[in-house]
Amino acid sequence: MNFAPIIEALPKYFTGAVTTVELLAISLAFGLLFAIPLAVLRTLHNPWLSKPVALFTYVFRGTPLLVQLFLIYYGLAQFELVRDSWLWPWLQSAWFCACLSFAINTCAYTVEIIAGAIRALPAGEIEAAKALGMSRSVMFRRIILPSALRRSLPAYGNEVIFMLHGTSLASVVTLLDLTSAARQTYSTHYLPFEAFIMAALMYFVMTSALVGLFHAAEARWLKPLLPR
Amino acid sequence: MLHGYGTSLLEGAWITLCVALLSLLIAVLLGLVGAIAKLSRSRFLRTSAQVYTTAIRGVPDLVLMLLIFFGGQVAVNDIAERLGHTEYIDINPFVAGVLTIGFIFGAYLTETFRGAFLAVPPGQREAGIAFGMSPAQVLLRITWPQMMRHALPALFNNWLVLIKSTAIVSVIGLSDMMNRAGLAAGATREPFVFYGAVAVIYLAFTSVSEFLFNRAQQRLSIGVKASRL
Repeated sequence: MNFAPIIEALPKYFTGAVTTVELLAISLAFGLLFAIPLAVLRTLHNPWLSKPVALFTYVFRGTPLLVQLFLIYYGLAQFELVRDSWLWPWLQSAWFCACLSFAINTCAYTVEIIAGAIRALPAGEIEAAKALGMSRSVMFRRIILPSALRRSLPAYGNEVIFMLHGTSLASVVTLLDLTSAARQTYSTHYLPFEAFIMAALMYFVMTSALVGLFHAAEARWLKPLLPR
Repeated sequence: MLHGYGTSLLEGAWITLCVALLSLLIAVLLGLVGAIAKLSRSRFLRTSAQVYTTAIRGVPDLVLMLLIFFGGQVAVNDIAERLGHTEYIDINPFVAGVLTIGFIFGAYLTETFRGAFLAVPPGQREAGIAFGMSPAQVLLRITWPQMMRHALPALFNNWLVLIKSTAIVSVIGLSDMMNRAGLAAGATREPFVFYGAVAVIYLAFTSVSEFLFNRAQQRLSIGVKASRL
């Protein structure tokens, strides 16, 4: 094992790790932002509202993230309509396409996580809200969503880690993330073990940090809800 | 619509399916071994299984795949050279892909099987021993069927994740569905059509799996009293 060239390339790894974190943060933020209203629609009894959301999650949870990324980054360029539109400068950038596909993907998974939590809410909480005369929107805002979001924390923690690992696909569409730094270092020095083990270690540290963060969040927000 | 690339894509789909099924086989075997190691009395076995599951679950599958593919290449040639073999040996992306995915999902299945083993009441095993069954018979006739009942839902979820992660084997150059779609897209300049077709095939794989899972679930739940609220 020869780690000297890897130590030299460490700045590249760190810039790569920053890119990875940025990709993760942006896609999670947008994914969650859209997932909450969609999850509410998904649980409504009106099929015109819930079925389209169900179709969306079915398609995006049933296909690989890499395929979705390629469909957006390479696929959309096929259509002249897209190439002539105002969106084209955005869709040309690998950065934007990666964020877009990661956000849509995590959104689909998060919708199902939150919708599952809403459905599994104890009936008593909803009955109590109704008994207090809350309207539907107030009930969603004050009772259902806070409770369901807290209860989705464990599953959402897994989704976040899944997404962290998913961002490594950004290296396939030329983005300079942590995996990309490792691939470059490998091809410069021809040291596959050292180059990829360094990246694996850094991913492992990030994963552990996220696991710790979610444990703390569960202790703060979820534990008080559970029966003792 | 597919400009004659349809058969090539279907051949790729078959390769993808082979990768998925073979890695599932390896993952199930590794998962069982891992679960038994985690539940064993030996501290060494327990610790190594713990290191295996923790390390694998903290690293992206793409990074592990690159590590095993490129690292394996160097390691194999290094060993061959020491044994006096002078020709360069290429690692087959199919083998590297199957091994990597099997190795990764073995870690996830270790947790699944460990939980499932623990979910079988100990009295069941003891009753088997009391009947004079050998340990192998107890495992095959008593523990295994009941454990699978508990393991099946999680096993199925892992299968869905596994089949989707086969797409990344194209990155190390396996001529799978993704790879062929890329070639066809380059030749025809219609990437959306070909990646769309790949998406549809993956969707078909996951949907058929779901259907089969529901059937298996019914079958394995025979004898379980369903309680209704």
